Amino acid sequence: MRFFRDLKKYRRYITYSAGAVLKSEVAGSYLSWAWWVLDPLLFMLVYTFVAQVVFRTQMEHFPIFVFIGLMVWSFFEKDLVQSVSLLRANRGIITRIYLPKQVLLLQRMAVNGFKLLISLGLILGMLAVSRVPFTWGMLWALPHLALLLLLTFAAGSWCLHLGVFIEDLQNVISVLLKLLFYFSGVFYDIATMVPAPWNRLLMAANPVALVMAGCRGALLRGAGPDWGPLLLWTGAALLAAWLGTWMIYRYENSYGKVI
Amino acid sequence: MALSIEVKDVHLSYRTINPVSAKSLGRGAGKRSSRFEALRGVSFQVEEGEILGVVGRNGSGKSTLLRTIAGIFSPDSGSIETFGRSVSLLAIGVGFQPRLTGRDNIILSGLLLGFGEEEIRARMEEIIDFSELGPFIDRPVKTYSSGMYSKLAFAITVTLETDIILIDEVLSVGDARFNKKSFARMKELIGGADRTVLMVSHAAGTIRQLCSRVLWLDQGRVRMVGETEEVLRAYGEAGG
Repeated sequence: MRFFRDLKKYRRYITYSAGAVLKSEVAGSYLSWAWWVLDPLLFMLVYTFVAQVVFRTQMEHFPIFVFIGLMVWSFFEKDLVQSVSLLRANRGIITRIYLPKQVLLLQRMAVNGFKLLISLGLILGMLAVSRVPFTWGMLWALPHLALLLLLTFAAGSWCLHLGVFIEDLQNVISVLLKLLFYFSGVFYDIATMVPAPWNRLLMAANPVALVMAGCRGALLRGAGPDWGPLLLWTGAALLAAWLGTWMIYRYENSYGKVI
Repeated sequence: MALSIEVKDVHLSYRTINPVSAKSLGRGAGKRSSRFEALRGVSFQVEEGEILGVVGRNGSGKSTLLRTIAGIFSPDSGSIETFGRSVSLLAIGVGFQPRLTGRDNIILSGLLLGFGEEEIRARMEEIIDFSELGPFIDRPVKTYSSGMYSKLAFAITVTLETDIILIDEVLSVGDARFNKKSFARMKELIGGADRTVLMVSHAAGTIRQLCSRVLWLDQGRVRMVGETEEVLRAYGEAGG
């Protein structure tokens, strides 16, 4: 398939530019790369403070619980928001040289993926400090993270394509993301806080919530996945990613002309 | 002589699908797209080692033609064959990632042009020397003046030599001295028997000095193609 050929051809471009972007983000700042660690850590502290002190949430390992949610959410959100204006932001490149447009999306995903890995490292450290036992069951987080990558790529491809033609998609997407944020249970537990059967329904209908719950279950309790929704969403994400990729190849010729 | 570029009956129209706002999505979607034919059946051939000038008024399709040969747009009909040669397009303010340093952008541009990382690193100093950017090479490109921007773009293209170079009005890069230097480098490059160059320019003097043949585009059609003096005279008489 053409996509995999392009992926192979441009893989060094993706990794090099992602690395260069990461370096440039901290280049001018005083604390430099420490921000990669401080940024997620401080956000987690703010949310934990709000939830525990303001709303008086009582839950075991609550900071870790929030941190996992934030890790999943910020990866998904940042990629989607950036993908809407991706072609416009890179018009200097795409109007002067041929470049498969998904390469730009994958570059953003690589940048945000690096930050996700740092968050994951922090989470493992916090689990060790909180004496949560390390088990093989924790590896169940991996299929959920794989689904997150697929979902992000699929949704990002569609946003990238539509973002060229619909000027205020950025505003629409940020409203939709805000809505999704509250329905994903970043700082509350859908399973216990939402009454049955709505909790199961919400989890099955919202793949981001599914990923969050799956990662939390695996990392905090070593619990296995909810296979039905996981497989279903993986299939749906694969299909959407395939369709998105096809569409971008089909229409990429007109992107340069519009922007 | 082997053929380097073969353009056959190329048609290309811009479907100017005006970006819409979500608010207006509901109403008359048909009104928002219009067609503009930028290239209407363009055919010509360029031989290896040749330097072909392209002239024509603004909006005659010159830049579109270059971009189509570079593979950025694909033609609606007709074909363009470059026989497996590497192609680069040099245009004012070539595509850099503004937040990254000049050095990073050299590597990224080189990778996009199809060069290996080793090869790019090996020519890095040469590129930096030519660009005359000095310590600025390690600063983000967004801090560059437009002259510095073009110098870097020019240095990359003429140092990492592709088989086919497409030039869109960039020989007037930077100050007079850099201009002279880039002109000399251009001539040197063109001297290489296997390099093919297509250059768009409004400066008849430049075309006279560098090009052996000239293509005259008029409203998306080839009006004339032939010996430099002959075409330039006809173009001049037509008020170009």
